[in-house]
Amino acid sequence: MLRFVVRRLLQVVPTLLLLSILVFAWLRNLPGGPAVALLGDRATPERVAQLNALYGLDDPLPVQYGKFLGRAASGDFGTSSITGEPVLAEIARALPATLELSIAALAIAVALGIPLGYLAAVNRGRSLDVSTVIGTLVGVAVPVFFLGYVLKAVFAVELGWFPPSGRQTVGLDATNVTGFAVLDGVLTREWDASLDALSHLVLPAVALATIPLAVIVRITRASVLDVLDSDFVRTANSKGLTPATVRGRHVLRNALLPVSTVIGLQVGLLLAGAVLTERVFVWGGLGTLLADAITLRDYPRLQAILLLGALIYIVVNLLVDISYAVIDPRVRL
Amino acid sequence: MATTWLERRRSRIDGLAQGRSLGAEALRRLRRNPVAITGAVIIGAFVIVAVLAPLLAPHGAAEAFPELQENLRPGRIPGPQEGFPLGSDQLGRDFLSRMILAARQTLLVGVLATLIGLVIGLVIGTLAGAFGGWVDTLLMRVTDVLLAIPSLLLAISVAALAASPSQTTVIIAVSAVAVPIFARLLRGSMLAQRESDHVVAATALGVKRRAVVLRHMLPNAVGPVIVQATLTLATAILDAAALSFLGLGDADPGRAEWGLMLAQAQAYLDVRPALALYPAIAIIVVALGFTLLGESLREALDPKGRR
Repeated sequence: MLRFVVRRLLQVVPTLLLLSILVFAWLRNLPGGPAVALLGDRATPERVAQLNALYGLDDPLPVQYGKFLGRAASGDFGTSSITGEPVLAEIARALPATLELSIAALAIAVALGIPLGYLAAVNRGRSLDVSTVIGTLVGVAVPVFFLGYVLKAVFAVELGWFPPSGRQTVGLDATNVTGFAVLDGVLTREWDASLDALSHLVLPAVALATIPLAVIVRITRASVLDVLDSDFVRTANSKGLTPATVRGRHVLRNALLPVSTVIGLQVGLLLAGAVLTERVFVWGGLGTLLADAITLRDYPRLQAILLLGALIYIVVNLLVDISYAVIDPRVRL
Repeated sequence: MATTWLERRRSRIDGLAQGRSLGAEALRRLRRNPVAITGAVIIGAFVIVAVLAPLLAPHGAAEAFPELQENLRPGRIPGPQEGFPLGSDQLGRDFLSRMILAARQTLLVGVLATLIGLVIGLVIGTLAGAFGGWVDTLLMRVTDVLLAIPSLLLAISVAALAASPSQTTVIIAVSAVAVPIFARLLRGSMLAQRESDHVVAATALGVKRRAVVLRHMLPNAVGPVIVQATLTLATAILDAAALSFLGLGDADPGRAEWGLMLAQAQAYLDVRPALALYPAIAIIVVALGFTLLGESLREALDPKGRR
């Protein structure tokens, strides 16, 4: 088991290295180079040279890459050109908001997706199945940010059930412990703060959950159909086991293995979707940082968030792989 | 059994490569499938509108009308009226004409992005699959890194490279997402065929390697590629809309493209929601059309039969 984990960890290294080269080359390839990008209209040849010397941009490229790698490894991604703050500090502050949103969305997608996919498969060809499949196809075709605005217009503005934006009601006196608003309320027993944060969470989480939900439903359905066709299920049925036993112990267990992989892959969708959803709901997480960085061309911040996004994606999927090996001994062969 | 997530993501793409060629059987199954017909009808209508757009649209995309502009106020955009069935947009232009002309630009972005992704992916995948060995290892390593980046983040990083966003940067950014997928898909198809009887026979007959690859292997790999291209058209249009929404879209104010119109309309949601609603519905319907057709194509080509 340990050897399996170590081997997987080692496989991450070349991927990350290649990725860092891409990100490094990317910044080098900015029109006019990073100095011009940083200075904008104020760029004069003297100031560009000055800045290049200051940031070591006149070193040979491999030296620059080595330095970049060293700094990145120690968590130094430079300072944001918008706020002048270290990029990592900004990210650390925004991360809990995005994690809270993504976890909520993933919870919705999994909690609804697996039962729905299962029910669709078991009722294959009937109206429940057909409508579920159509629903998943439509769900994937709706632009996430548009769905966000529709939810906001209907449930926040028209019906007033949920707040339209933000993470907490302005002026609410909530203690900040972990940065996770719902959890903070629970920890400090400020239940009203928890509820307030939860009600802010509902709409963005639903908007963000749609695409992962559609994907999970379809994979669960396909996977359950696969297992239903298999020999051991026929055997279990012909042994005279009750349908409930067959479905619970044989079908569902085996069908959920591929689903767990797909849940890992959804993290990529969640990260990308968060960028869009956060902008709609003024959420103030990583997505907001990224969107501002794009608008104002804040390259150090952009670079750090992209690298971090890919890193999270890779690590989460590594964890999924390891948990997969724990669930299914065949994987360790 | 594949063991890592990346392997599984790869093997899912590779699995698509196992489909048989687009035979009469598949076509017959397609024609009986209402889902495929719905998709085909949607796409057919979309393409016809896109091609005939300049003839169908009563006015130009950038043409502003004084009679509409003089009724523009902060918080008021003129609605449907005589001569302008869908009313005005935020700059006093004919909204109906812009919706129609946008079909053409949207199709252009989708098709060009998919084509570029397809061609580059085709070259990489063919080289990797046909030669194998270190060429394969090298190309697939790079492809895997691209697959390890969430797709919209990849598109954003490519789009943010340009000093100022334009239609070209949007197309390139969106196609960058498609390249690794097509590359893997093609490689899988080629690998599957390297061992197949007709390729072995051609090689044994002394056909040159180039001819074997181009004339015997590549044509047989086309089926799964068509499926993927159809699905990519849907995601390309959606990704382009997302880039516009993030401010990385086409900066030309005269251009009408649904994703761009949807993104620009966000500022006028309270004033005239129709400005966002119509482009959004158009995008949803077209993306759905491509998805429906793509999924039923895949189903028709799946050797395991109906799922």
